[in-house]
Amino acid sequence: MPSGLLRVVTAGSVDDGKSTLVGRLLHDAKVVLADQMSAVEAASERRGYQGADLALLVDGLRAEREQGITIDVAYRYFATARRTFILADTPGHVQYTRNMVTGASTADVAVILVDARSGVLDQTKRHLAVASLLRVSEIVLAVNKMDLIGYDEAIFDGIVTDFAAAASTLGVDHFTPIPVAALVGDNIVSRSTSMAWYEGPALLEFLETVEPHEGPSLPARFPVQVVIRPRTPTHPDYRGYAGRVEAGVLRRGDKVQILPSGRVSAVAGIDTPDGELDEAATGRSVTVRLEDELDVSRGDVIIVEGQPAPIVTRELNATLCWLTDRPLRASDRYQLRHATRDVRAVVDQVESKLDISTLTPIDADELTLNDIGAVRIRLAEPVVVDPYDVNRSTGAFLLVDESSGATVAAGLVR
Amino acid sequence: MTAVLPTTSDSLQRGWLTDLEDEAIHIIREVFGQFERPVLLFSGGKDSIVMAHLAMKAFWPSRLPFPLMHVDTGHNFAEVIEYRDRKAAEWGARLVVASVQEAIDSGRVTEHEGQTRNPLQTIPLLDAITSNKFDAVLGGARRDEEKARAKERVFSVRDDFGQWDPRNQRPELWDLYNGRHRTGEHVRIFPLSNWTELDIWAYIEREGIEVPSIYYAHQREVVDRDGMLLAITEFTPPREGETVRRQSVRYRTVGDATCTGAVASTASTLADIVRETAASTISERGATRADDRASEAAMEDRKRQGYF
Ligand SMILES: Nc1nc2c(ncn2[C@@H]2O[C@H](COP(=O)(O)OP(=O)(O)O)[C@@H](O)[C@H]2O)c(=O)[nH]1
Repeated sequence: MPSGLLRVVTAGSVDDGKSTLVGRLLHDAKVVLADQMSAVEAASERRGYQGADLALLVDGLRAEREQGITIDVAYRYFATARRTFILADTPGHVQYTRNMVTGASTADVAVILVDARSGVLDQTKRHLAVASLLRVSEIVLAVNKMDLIGYDEAIFDGIVTDFAAAASTLGVDHFTPIPVAALVGDNIVSRSTSMAWYEGPALLEFLETVEPHEGPSLPARFPVQVVIRPRTPTHPDYRGYAGRVEAGVLRRGDKVQILPSGRVSAVAGIDTPDGELDEAATGRSVTVRLEDELDVSRGDVIIVEGQPAPIVTRELNATLCWLTDRPLRASDRYQLRHATRDVRAVVDQVESKLDISTLTPIDADELTLNDIGAVRIRLAEPVVVDPYDVNRSTGAFLLVDESSGATVAAGLVR
Repeated sequence: MTAVLPTTSDSLQRGWLTDLEDEAIHIIREVFGQFERPVLLFSGGKDSIVMAHLAMKAFWPSRLPFPLMHVDTGHNFAEVIEYRDRKAAEWGARLVVASVQEAIDSGRVTEHEGQTRNPLQTIPLLDAITSNKFDAVLGGARRDEEKARAKERVFSVRDDFGQWDPRNQRPELWDLYNGRHRTGEHVRIFPLSNWTELDIWAYIEREGIEVPSIYYAHQREVVDRDGMLLAITEFTPPREGETVRRQSVRYRTVGDATCTGAVASTASTLADIVRETAASTISERGATRADDRASEAAMEDRKRQGYF
């Protein structure tokens, strides 16, 4: 993931106050523009609300406005003097958990909201399970509506204890609990005076200073997107492989291997229109030239020799988040999209699924909407993968319905 | 209330712009990898200029592998049309112009007295997509422009009628973009989804990209109309009771001249514009698009029907 931007996903059940929290964050961070604010004030007045409802700053679509719920992922952008943020606001409604998966897949930080009056719900555990499964590196537990429980420390502590129990079951080693009241702004941008017992940072302070750990420096992975062959008078013989460094660092002179073919060469140059680079780090979109004329095409992956190798395989053990109404059963066929490669896939076996209330696997022979389960997949051609726990980029894939084109599952290589 | 520039010291050392650039280039290359007949919407406006610039970088040293398309309302600023044609020629790109005027003349769409032509762009756009068999349409829309856009995917599938169904969007995970579609459907692609207006200007400054002259402060005859500064042109003569005055203005967007307002400004360099944008207290659309202000849901309605 890129380093200059911090990507944050927010999750919570309906009415926990997620829209209010995001609205408050934008408002108090002073990134709401005058006309947006007056539009919100006008809309609030039309609805007969007292004062401006900050949730209206982020509730985008008409369907939501009619039902009064957030139904889809909405992205918000803001910058403070310290950092630039992309905020994915995901819906809390039970049917729309797939959107949390969407938001979490790119997030560095997950802010999971609970209502202080109701504490940790199944939905909260589901959000935590998704954040942990997708390896969002920092998790914040925001206990909202503290004003409605008299800013009571004991209730807050009880919720944190429940959440910690769920986290440890899931193998989450740390999280940051923050007591907040989004409606009035306690601990959102600045520390609240109503909770002297709380000594940690306000939410924005935390987001501005957290350094999501990138994991150990990973072996280089460069999936080829496009072969660049200009055949122009100025570049008659140019042949470059355009793509994005999905992990690690690629350097000029590196001895490399092309997978799945296994042929070897070396990096002759790393090109950008702004000039050649000595090295390209994770996230950089560049064009790589090789020493040798090889037959490299879209879908191939360039790796560096001597570094831990990925797995080249036609069989995957994977965890799936099932995202569509039609259930998954053994022997169903899909298109699998991994890095820059598409291959046909058949699900050989559904092994188990996660029981959300106990957070443990139970036997299953199908996965239905919002289920998270373990499966075995067979492929028509090999893919070049790493376990998702090791590498978020090369461990991730989609299953796509061949006829409708719909994305039916988010997949993680085990 | 102001937006803040994360790094104020050296305005050109902006790491997050490189992240945004890398992401956009990755998206544009995926379009080339996944589609047969992509087209890049190019109006001569700043967002489409940045998108074209990124597309050129994505395939360098090859030339731009996509044709350009402009949906021309017939009410454009002359400076912008001149820029559009000159750039298309410079890049050696084919330019498809879908004309709203022709659609009006042939009766495909009906113009209503006193209304802007912006909503009329949808039909010529969809007609041109169908007749050219374009399967991917790259657009420069940004999620920060407007609330309905905030939920738009980077790869956004449109049905046979070009319609967008916000409740039935594909989940978009990691940086895996799914461009699969049925015959007759096409996919709108938004490589600048994660950019803000400030990012666009900071990037234009960093890259030294040429933009049409009307983005810089210049003297122009304007009137106050609907709370905006509207330029006096052949399409927008002064109305009775309006006082025409000459003042220093610039444009933040360069759409249809009948509904695109100017802002009072003396910003004459890119650095000035970046500073002014960072300090602005009114959002881009609020300042300059009369048609979006008509209703809270105006943009969402148009997007559902197939608008950009
Ligand atoms: N008292 C109190 N009410 C809150 C707080 N945060 C949100 N609310 C209210 O809770 C309701 C649901 O909030 P909303 O932001 O729409 O929830 P969402 O469904 O999670 O987006 C609204 O009536 C809010 O005004 C809070 O901190 N304190």
